[in-house]
Amino acid sequence: MAKLSVEPRAKDDGKFGSFVEEYERRIKATPLGMCAVAFQLDLLRAGGCQTCGKCVPCREGIGRIEELLEEVLAFQAEPGALDEIRAQANVVRDTADCAIGWHAAEVLLGGLDAFKAEFESHVNQGQCREGVAQTVPCETLCPAHVNVPAYVALAGAGDYAGAIGMIRKDNPFPTACAYVCEHPCENRCRRTLIDAPVNIRGIKKFAVDQLAADKVATPAPAAATGKKVAIVGGGPSGLTCAYFCALMGHEVHVFEMRKQLGGMMRYGIPAYRFPRERLDEDVRAIMGAGNISVHFESRIDAEGMKRLSVEYDAVYVAIGAQGGKTLKLEGADVQGVMSAVELLTKIGDNECPDFTGKNVVVIGGGNVAMDCARTSVRAGAASVTVAYRRRLEDMTALRAEIDSAMQEGVEMMTLQAPDHIEVEDGHVTALYTQPQFIGPVKRGRPAPQTADKPLVRIVADVVLIAVGQDIESAPFEEAGMRADRTYFEADDGLKSIGELPNVFVGGDCQVGPKTVIIAIGAGKVAARNIDDFLGFDHKLDCGVAVPPAAANWRTPCGRVNIVERPARERKGDFDAVEVEMTAEEAFQEARRCLRCDHYGCGVLDEGRVQYV
Amino acid sequence: MREGSNMCKVTIDGITVQAPEGSTILDAAKLAGVDIPTLCFMKEINEIGSCRVCVVEVEGEDALAAACNTCVFDGMAARTSTPRVIAARRANVETILATHRSECTTCKRSGTCALQVVANGCNATDLERDPDYKFEAWDETFPLQRDATKCIRCMRCVAECAKVQQCAVWEVSGPAAHRGVRVAGGADIASANCALCGQCVTHCPTGALTARDDTSKVLAALADPQVITVVQVAPAIRSAWGEGVGVPREEATQGRMVSALRALGFDRVYDTDFAADLTIMEEANEFIEWVKSEKPRPMFTSCCPGWVRFAKQHYPQFVGQLSTSKSPHEMLGATAKALMSQEAYEQGKRVFVVSVMPCIAKKYEAGVPQLSTEAGPDVDAVLTTREFDRMLRMLNVNCADLPEGDFDDPLGLSTGAGTLFGRTGGVMEAALRSAAFFLTGEKPDFSTCDTTAATPERPWVDKTLDIAGMQLRIAIASGLSNTAVLLDALEAGTASYDFVEIMACPGGCVGGGGQPIAFNQELASERAAVLNALDGADTLRFSHENPDIKALYDRLLGEPLSEKAEELLHTNQAEWDI
Repeated sequence: MAKLSVEPRAKDDGKFGSFVEEYERRIKATPLGMCAVAFQLDLLRAGGCQTCGKCVPCREGIGRIEELLEEVLAFQAEPGALDEIRAQANVVRDTADCAIGWHAAEVLLGGLDAFKAEFESHVNQGQCREGVAQTVPCETLCPAHVNVPAYVALAGAGDYAGAIGMIRKDNPFPTACAYVCEHPCENRCRRTLIDAPVNIRGIKKFAVDQLAADKVATPAPAAATGKKVAIVGGGPSGLTCAYFCALMGHEVHVFEMRKQLGGMMRYGIPAYRFPRERLDEDVRAIMGAGNISVHFESRIDAEGMKRLSVEYDAVYVAIGAQGGKTLKLEGADVQGVMSAVELLTKIGDNECPDFTGKNVVVIGGGNVAMDCARTSVRAGAASVTVAYRRRLEDMTALRAEIDSAMQEGVEMMTLQAPDHIEVEDGHVTALYTQPQFIGPVKRGRPAPQTADKPLVRIVADVVLIAVGQDIESAPFEEAGMRADRTYFEADDGLKSIGELPNVFVGGDCQVGPKTVIIAIGAGKVAARNIDDFLGFDHKLDCGVAVPPAAANWRTPCGRVNIVERPARERKGDFDAVEVEMTAEEAFQEARRCLRCDHYGCGVLDEGRVQYV
Repeated sequence: MREGSNMCKVTIDGITVQAPEGSTILDAAKLAGVDIPTLCFMKEINEIGSCRVCVVEVEGEDALAAACNTCVFDGMAARTSTPRVIAARRANVETILATHRSECTTCKRSGTCALQVVANGCNATDLERDPDYKFEAWDETFPLQRDATKCIRCMRCVAECAKVQQCAVWEVSGPAAHRGVRVAGGADIASANCALCGQCVTHCPTGALTARDDTSKVLAALADPQVITVVQVAPAIRSAWGEGVGVPREEATQGRMVSALRALGFDRVYDTDFAADLTIMEEANEFIEWVKSEKPRPMFTSCCPGWVRFAKQHYPQFVGQLSTSKSPHEMLGATAKALMSQEAYEQGKRVFVVSVMPCIAKKYEAGVPQLSTEAGPDVDAVLTTREFDRMLRMLNVNCADLPEGDFDDPLGLSTGAGTLFGRTGGVMEAALRSAAFFLTGEKPDFSTCDTTAATPERPWVDKTLDIAGMQLRIAIASGLSNTAVLLDALEAGTASYDFVEIMACPGGCVGGGGQPIAFNQELASERAAVLNALDGADTLRFSHENPDIKALYDRLLGEPLSEKAEELLHTNQAEWDI
């Protein structure tokens, strides 16, 4: 018998680890706007290089497809090349011995369908489709296209007023986004190539923590145009539109059904995540930008909407998604069962519930469910349980929110589908759930399936249903705005489809409950298109110059994360949970930015996604 | 980021200078007297750092930095010619050469090619493999020619066309290594709304962009005994023709230029300046009629076919306000053929008119079917200044030793006013001088009509003249992005004028797309000074005082705007084929 050895056969295997991480990081930092054909070729080559070389389809077939794909990439393919590629990929998929070859072909076949238009453009038109060009990742992924590299550099140089002014060029909610933005800007950060994405939200938070947004003057508004714009809904989208319309010189009237402005930032997001006094800083700055009047507790009905459309030159409807979705659950209409929206709305006007000694069960796995759970902890609940029908990793809530909730003592009961509610004397006493087990992927997510287990009883005095929100569209539909099943319909420019000629619509009510920054982005687009609709083309100057780019600092360095106050401390109050970044942390973090606005495609006009 | 008020102490190759905050390493090197080679860089127009030829070593930095777009900081120390820099620069130049069809022996840009200079400069004498390039189809009859095999993808043309000339004819497209320059949207150049200003040609570092070569056509005419060859030469040529044949500006006189043309074998050497005077007779009178009418304001000059093309393609709403006067070389061609047709017929010959122009759009203009009379097209061939210089080299004309010559009569005598046509503001100035005289009966003071403040550095310049009790508001713009700003203002009603002069090229014809090419040098104002000096020294400075113009009206045309003048000297640009 041969001698055994603990060494792997291939001597380099042990060194692969860190390079596999490098590879992973490169994939994660895949540039925005690259040609889909190039991307597919890249993926295929990875498969081709990973083949062991034993079997024909994988060893020879992938290489042959690569050659064909290279011709497609270089616009030199013969007509019919795509059929040829598909045929060969099918053979590789069907006949590969192991998953290495099968997967390479499978992914390519998926790509041929997903990017059909780009592939066909290469073969038939001899060109990429219009708009295929790399762009600055953070700026592109930000729904409001904020000039991230510029404000990171400004904050990193200690110019907080400049940073706030630069953010406000595209987004009048620097403070709100400092606290609660889901920071899609970080998703494909080029810094990932070196270590990890820059903590962009953290740097923004540092800036607004050093200098309150309402202490930084907004630009002077343009000369009054004599045009009147009505805005229905004083949330992030409506107020963004109001801000830019006011700067453009239009007279703005905001109609808000509640007592205060802020929409879901006040009536949805709990104060421990976003303190109200900080929200007020953004709101004050916006209100000071120009001619904006607010009409509180003004719910707009069908007649009212028709009137606004007649009396104002343009209307922006941004009513959000205010209705809590219900579950068809036996017993769901009894005392102690309420929707997340109901709970959070009351808190918005400082009516905090008292859950002292109560057992609270939250149904759902999104950020709103976490908000409910963590609010319940702070309201004195004896126990808080989140019941969710999928796994922890399938929750749509941010991972950090889930972790924080767990640290505060929230029990995550996963793979539990609500079955019915136990009622005693008209009051909830427990939630029964049907255990699930995770199964095959459906529509991109692993789907739960009923497990062969008995129902589970979770003791409950309060059940909070956080399974999504609906819009309350009826009066607006009656006034002539078209809605498609659940949300308002609009064209690309957010012009409402329907009978009212001068109405724009955007935000949650047009795309469903999403994030603050998506709502802000819609508000900005609406303002610009309203300006155009009214016959203007205002160019807004934020008055801040983009600082020159320093040389890239490419030494790998850890990312500074924002931490929360100790769980045992924070769970007893509604004060802000996040601990401020220190100056030394913020400056190091800003230095990690690779200034993609200057280095690489960002220096080209087509590399930017910026409004003038 | 532009220069601020704070100063930075910067050391370049051991030389310490104070550079304003926001300036680049390249700026600081210039202050230190250190030369750093560049290729793609065009100040404020193409600062994209793509060719990586200008890389330098910055003390304390890990990677090399592009000098063209890296801002200095206080205390920066950079080295521009360390072994690492030299090796990197050479490697990058060799990489560029790996896809460039280097055929310097037959390339029009040999000698003015920036890539050639940079490659020679870094001793790139030995490429490891033959370059790999791809030919692309191009319409060889179009006045603007592009050879994709010589494009180095520096994107200068893209920036120049979009930012300076407004037309955005070029774009960058394609994936990864296949990314390159092409006509926007993949369109055919003929339908790309190109004004044919030729600024992409004069800003191309290589021979990728050129003008259609018409020298063979002209040589054939010169060799044909059945042809009487007439050559005319635009005002701006006398400011620049020496550049391409190695004659210093002060020695490249107008007289030598005339002798040079004669040395090429032309039977008649006429001056487009004469026709410029003729244009003024027509256009000034046209303007006087215009201001007395209710026609929409302003009237625009129309001498520049780049501007006419731009208007037709991008601002058609203004085409009806163009002066109907043909451009000077078309007037001269039509007149020469009208005067010489009988003589030629008697000799059994035909007349062939060649225009030497600083312009590529004039090649288009000469081919416009509407610009012809019963004697045929007004102009049969247009040569750029560069083609003129190439012919001089081809025929071995020893330009430096040529005697001072005189233009032939009767289309050779001109005034200083006509000479000014070659620079921005010149047409306006010449027109105002005579228009003021026609309106008042008195010659105005030269300063009243002066337009030397005209510059492409600003969107436009304007002034108001008080003539014969009328307040005449005039404006002058050169460069098509500038033009667009002015036209937009006119349309928005934020600007209002009676007479506007537009020239497509920044600085006017002296900076024309057909002029000799000097890499990264904008020579328009230097060349304009030559024309201003000729005007200042001329004994005749009013177009209407040109005795040969008077004679021509007596002999052929009658009076300005007469029926005969309309027939020979006017056109309707709206009808021009594009």
